[in-house]
Amino acid sequence: MSQATLQIRRISGHAGPVPGAGVERAQTVCKLVDTTTCIGCKACEVACLEWNGYTFSETVFDNSYQTMPETAWNYWNLIKFNEHEREDGTLMLLMRKDQCMHCAEPGCLAACPADGAIVQYANGIVDFQQDHCIGCGYCVTGCPFNIPKFNPSTKKMFKCTLCADRVAQGLEPACIKACPTGCLHFGTKDDMTDLAETRAQQLREHYGFEKAGVYDPTGVGGTGVIYVLHDAANPEAYGGLPKNPHIPWVVRLWKGPAKWIGNLAMLGGIIGVALHYLRFGPKRVESAKDQKGGQP
Amino acid sequence: MDGSRRDFLKAGALGGAATSFFGFDLAPAYAQLRELKIARATETRSTCPYCSVSCGVIIYTIGDNAKNVTPQVVHVEGDPDHPINRGTLCPKGASLEQDIVNPRRLLKPQVRRPGSDHWEDIAWDQAIDEIGHWVKKTRDETFIERDALRRTVNRCEGIAWIGGCTDTNEFNYLVGKAMRSLGVCYLETQARV
Repeated sequence: MSQATLQIRRISGHAGPVPGAGVERAQTVCKLVDTTTCIGCKACEVACLEWNGYTFSETVFDNSYQTMPETAWNYWNLIKFNEHEREDGTLMLLMRKDQCMHCAEPGCLAACPADGAIVQYANGIVDFQQDHCIGCGYCVTGCPFNIPKFNPSTKKMFKCTLCADRVAQGLEPACIKACPTGCLHFGTKDDMTDLAETRAQQLREHYGFEKAGVYDPTGVGGTGVIYVLHDAANPEAYGGLPKNPHIPWVVRLWKGPAKWIGNLAMLGGIIGVALHYLRFGPKRVESAKDQKGGQP
Repeated sequence: MDGSRRDFLKAGALGGAATSFFGFDLAPAYAQLRELKIARATETRSTCPYCSVSCGVIIYTIGDNAKNVTPQVVHVEGDPDHPINRGTLCPKGASLEQDIVNPRRLLKPQVRRPGSDHWEDIAWDQAIDEIGHWVKKTRDETFIERDALRRTVNRCEGIAWIGGCTDTNEFNYLVGKAMRSLGVCYLETQARV
């Protein structure tokens, strides 16, 4: 069978540089979600389940068309429905496809302590390797988009893989292929950025959405899933899309300065022991008699 | 530098421990992916049976059509070469695999008799015989040879025919011929239901 491998750009919980990273030329892939043409049909949700072999979960009614309140470990792709009141009092139904954003600088990967449990392939896809996952759930802390979900029966974390198995074989992700309105696009990051900017300009100039723009947050180094929004200044209206997502400072402190301080402390300890040995020499037991006398 | 064999071994073990401790790792940085489940599956082109749009689908079955294999559907997705949908599908079409691999899928003809409250299985031959019988009976009873102005019309108003989205041109040609020969004028399509 066609068992593909992909070269890795980043590895979680891995000391030292990633062997062979940046040696081969690789295009960063990207999904473009044009929220202005989404009709909320949920074909992407179903296509995702079909491809990944999950059964349909029980839906939760939450006074909207949304399938369930948030994504689940076996439901990686969810259209978030949001009623939004415009300034003139009329209503808009904002629909956003919620899934892993495949950040260029992934918070989940930074927070993960297990070697190789989260990898970023050379094509930019962030993927969980469940055989290395220890189920600690630190990736949830690291993720600004609340995407990694815990499977209580296997004690492993799961999320959207951007159909890495399909992309590695030259196919597009299942959700992209299914979308009947063409609101989802797939290609290289450069091409998708161009397409998104063109669409946003079209919305600003011809459709009266003066604040239309592209959501590609720099706080996480840009994302592998970018949105075209009617109102780029207010992404929170689209089901809690953070305006300026970033890796939590606890994670950054812990994986940055704290790690180096810890390493220095360890090194200092070793040097201290060595100096103590040189200065005072090995500890000797004086004699059996003294030892007896010294201990009550 | 003087050194016994024992010192050399000690230094070697310490050095090895140190390199592995500080993460000197020569393992190639590749990750293995889930295998593509449709890589060697047989592709069969078909048409989605739901609405009148008639999207093209590809049905992926295990095996290579070899004689001793019973093909099983493993995946269904849109046909990129189909001019109607060009690979896309709606949520109903995207879930076709579960429509095919489904214990409740109807695989044989059934009949619900007048006044009955349940469906019963019926053999194909018997079903076709009964349909033929009812068509003949209905046509004999409702055939209109001339209208009120004594013009020849040869209409059979007691029967109507409805076509589905998966019907091909060839099939529809035969349906048209057969129904017109009976005098049926109520020929409809699913597209307007």
